[in-house]
Amino acid sequence: MRKDYSSWSLFTKGLRHNEGWDPAWRSAEPKPSYDVVIVGAGGHGLATAYYLAKEHGLRNIAVIEKGYLGGGNTARNTTIVRSNYLWDEAALLYEHALKLWEGLTEDLNFNVMFSQRGVFNLGHTLQDMRDIERRVNANNLNGIDALVLDAAEVKRRIPILNTAKTARYPVLGASFQPRGGIARHDAVAWGFARAASKCGVDIIENCEVTGMDIANGRIVGLETTRGPIKCERVGCVASGHSSVLARMAGIRMPIESHPLQAFVSESMKPVLDTVVMSNAVHGYASQSDKGELVIGAGIDHYTSYTQRGSPHIIEHTAAAIIELFPMFSRVRMNRQWGGIVDTTPDACPIISKTKIKGLYFNCGWGTGGFKATPGSGNVFAHTIAKDDPHPLNRAFDLARFSTGHLIDEHGAAGVAH
Amino acid sequence: MFVFFCPHCGENREEEEFGYGGEAFIPRPATPETLNDDAWGDYLFMRKNPKGWHWEMWSHNTGCRKFFVVKRNTATNAIAGSWTLSDGRKAYDAEGGAT
Repeated sequence: MRKDYSSWSLFTKGLRHNEGWDPAWRSAEPKPSYDVVIVGAGGHGLATAYYLAKEHGLRNIAVIEKGYLGGGNTARNTTIVRSNYLWDEAALLYEHALKLWEGLTEDLNFNVMFSQRGVFNLGHTLQDMRDIERRVNANNLNGIDALVLDAAEVKRRIPILNTAKTARYPVLGASFQPRGGIARHDAVAWGFARAASKCGVDIIENCEVTGMDIANGRIVGLETTRGPIKCERVGCVASGHSSVLARMAGIRMPIESHPLQAFVSESMKPVLDTVVMSNAVHGYASQSDKGELVIGAGIDHYTSYTQRGSPHIIEHTAAAIIELFPMFSRVRMNRQWGGIVDTTPDACPIISKTKIKGLYFNCGWGTGGFKATPGSGNVFAHTIAKDDPHPLNRAFDLARFSTGHLIDEHGAAGVAH
Repeated sequence: MFVFFCPHCGENREEEEFGYGGEAFIPRPATPETLNDDAWGDYLFMRKNPKGWHWEMWSHNTGCRKFFVVKRNTATNAIAGSWTLSDGRKAYDAEGGAT
């Protein structure tokens, strides 16, 4: 049993030069069989395992991961958390996640550094402002905090933002969600891993799924690079590789995997104490606690699994950020990377049962999955444990691509994708 | 940054000149009114999205503005070639319509 972290443990371990810390989670060997296997040890997968153990009392659970824990999109996103989505279904799902974020550090006994510094979505045209007002009103009706700010107020709150009327795309105002913010992405994976491991979940890295054993329309096991694993239920949470897994089960997915690039600057003194997104100028930025500007924008338009994209996308992103923040023009960039995002036609996730009994998918989060990590795991755990969707993810069924009940959230996806 | 050969212009050009057209050779159902919702949804939304060789369409937006097909490996970014739609269809069929 691992001991809880506390100020006392920090103090006493500090006196001993921080030696003697236990590993945060148990690295397990695969057992021959499990009740539930989660494929993908990113934030969403680990959260699913944690809530399966914590809220549904399941104990014989494994999370298997082809690479290393939290090394995919969990490590590659720009850590923005918000819930200001337009449609009821999406807004309630993301708000569920945001409420879990607010208590996550205490729940996991792991500091996920969730900082509710607010999120601005800028409007640059009259149509932008009409859309913003509509979205803010929709948010308020759903009990989500959001307000419309005019350009003067935006300038007051973000002094370094270029709000000149002579700008190519002048800032006319913004929507603002005060409870939005950022979190420490790695800590989310580590915290969920530690908490799940404490509940007895086996976390197995370097274990890639190579095939699925399906008998009489029911999943009975997985073939992996570390041998076969028998299991009654499988939850696939593999983001960009969801189509690859679905194909093993003979399921077609409405997903295209695209590179999404981001980059961070050298560390600087604090200049930006909030999160700024612009759909029209097309970029978003925040400043991490280390002082790095964390910057991202749109996807590369072609499908790819290579975790890298084309340089002209970076150029467009940098141009957008300098348009918004001219003082960043001489900031040097430190690192740049790409992740593979699983985009859907309606920019909403798929959290669903499938035609194979015991096989569930949680995918299609596209460019904005990080913000939903705890909520996604929470409702997916319910879906797996009860073999029935949680009321919050019932609308995010795979069947919506046949019924036509799409939930079009392209407008609230922060930037156009 | 990709460099694509446009089979209509007969030249290699940089990616910024092109627009992505998605998976190639998705036939529009001949009699849509006879399809059930699943089959129509499959046509509209479901994609192969393979990790490996992918037949896809690109359009030469700032050049001839015509579509053509490229066979590209989504796991390595290797490009096997570019064809006009009709020539590409023949090469695609010769492979047995493989991903």
